[in-house]
Amino acid sequence: MRLGFVAEEIRVGFRRNFTMTIAVIVTIAASLSLFGAGLMVREQVSTMKDYWYDKVQLSIFLCGDNSQVPSCSGGAVTPEQRRAIRQDLLDQAPLVDAVYYESKRDAYKRFVKQFENSAIVQNVSPDALPESFRVKLSDPSQYAVIQSQFAGRPGVEQVQDQRKLLDKFFKLLNGLQTVALGIALAMLLVTVLLVVNTMRVAAFSRRREIGIMRLVGASNWYVRLPFIAEAAVSAFLGASLSAGVLAAIKHFGIDQRLAPSYQFTNFIGWDAIWRIIPFVYAVGVGIAITSSALSLRRYLRV
Amino acid sequence: MIKLEGVSKTYPSGANAALQDITLEIEKGEFVFLVGSSGSGKSTLLRLMLKEERPTTGTIFVAGKDLNRLPSWKLPALRRGIGTVFQDFRLLPNKTVEQNIAFALEVIGRPRSHVKKVVPEVIELVGLEGKEKRYPDELAGGEQQRVAVARAFVNRPPLLLADEPTGNLDPTTSVGIMKLLDRINRTGTTVVMATHDSNIVDQMRKRVIQLHHGEMVRDQARGVYGYLT
Repeated sequence: MRLGFVAEEIRVGFRRNFTMTIAVIVTIAASLSLFGAGLMVREQVSTMKDYWYDKVQLSIFLCGDNSQVPSCSGGAVTPEQRRAIRQDLLDQAPLVDAVYYESKRDAYKRFVKQFENSAIVQNVSPDALPESFRVKLSDPSQYAVIQSQFAGRPGVEQVQDQRKLLDKFFKLLNGLQTVALGIALAMLLVTVLLVVNTMRVAAFSRRREIGIMRLVGASNWYVRLPFIAEAAVSAFLGASLSAGVLAAIKHFGIDQRLAPSYQFTNFIGWDAIWRIIPFVYAVGVGIAITSSALSLRRYLRV
Repeated sequence: MIKLEGVSKTYPSGANAALQDITLEIEKGEFVFLVGSSGSGKSTLLRLMLKEERPTTGTIFVAGKDLNRLPSWKLPALRRGIGTVFQDFRLLPNKTVEQNIAFALEVIGRPRSHVKKVVPEVIELVGLEGKEKRYPDELAGGEQQRVAVARAFVNRPPLLLADEPTGNLDPTTSVGIMKLLDRINRTGTTVVMATHDSNIVDQMRKRVIQLHHGEMVRDQARGVYGYLT
């Protein structure tokens, strides 16, 4: 294989087919950017899940003086009830991984810290927040086991799976991800059609050369390789553009905007970007190579 | 070198057969004229030998290979052993003389050093020294055809197929091309040339195969163009 010769053929092909090549590069860049953005959202969901599921799990709020639910009819939780609940929780090992007790004062402190810039703090007295057990489960999906055992028990006001609160948010992110990946899929389809068409035009514009190559006995790959390589190079350039877009989203969007404004949670790191980018390259170049090879089978029969 | 056994070719749209029951054999090193009027099937016969088309019935052997049984991935190897020249030269207008010739070697993966060595040799053989850097449209018709012959012969194929190579040339220039083909034939290359140039056939006194409406009507050693057409 004469690489220099093939490289020259690619260069000539690019120049001859300049507008189509630009169209291919831009389309590939746009579709891969969407595709990569979809993957980033997915990474974000999974990072946040890791982060939050680790922190918030299950809260068992205990009765206070003013609790209205039936299980609190005996008034505030007694020290015996509290001790019994803790013991029963610990007996649930290994499902129950750890149990933290949060007193009214701890709850108040956390509340104050969380809302330190807000006027709401002045309206809440240290007594108003319920004491609770924070329970960490080894398998968070087994939430119902604990729920059925402790809900309605005297001294327990409410058993709350805090993951449910987050799930709404995750659903939103998942929806975003589906939309991004759906559009990306449509765009990739457009890319395939565009590459197929570009190959047809390219094959037509070089029909003299191809005719001579066939006559003198050039092998199939020698005839097709310049075209396929041309498509692959376009895809590579498009993927590079989209890699730039993804890096820009990470740098300008996440690091400089989202992260400072939403400090309560974490965001995907550069490691996720470095995982996504090679994937984006592989998908882009792979699609270009496959669709050009398939279309050339039709247009370049020996 | 070439053997045809009962070869017929019918095109789907054509009412008449392009070729009917052709049986012939061409030995290695022969020089053969295919003659006949337009539409008599000369070009079809050449295309069958290149496996650009398949016969409707019959078998064709080229260089010992049964073309009907040749898998398509072996087709390039077959064609590397066959040089082809056409009436319309088929040169690449954006390449110079030497680039046109080198192209035939480059696309079959010959190394640069080999290309650099053999291209000047074949340019000298066809008598185009000093015109290596010219583009096809800067050359006369006969010179363009010399480039085409050089390209067909640069890989030293054992078989050269020429489809009316003098069809676009005046008589004097044609003689030059014929001398060139004769010289190539003397190196041991089998040459099959389709033509309806009676002067050339009469002068060369080579084997003549005549086709008429797709049938072989004459196969004569040291023949002349004849009187049938």
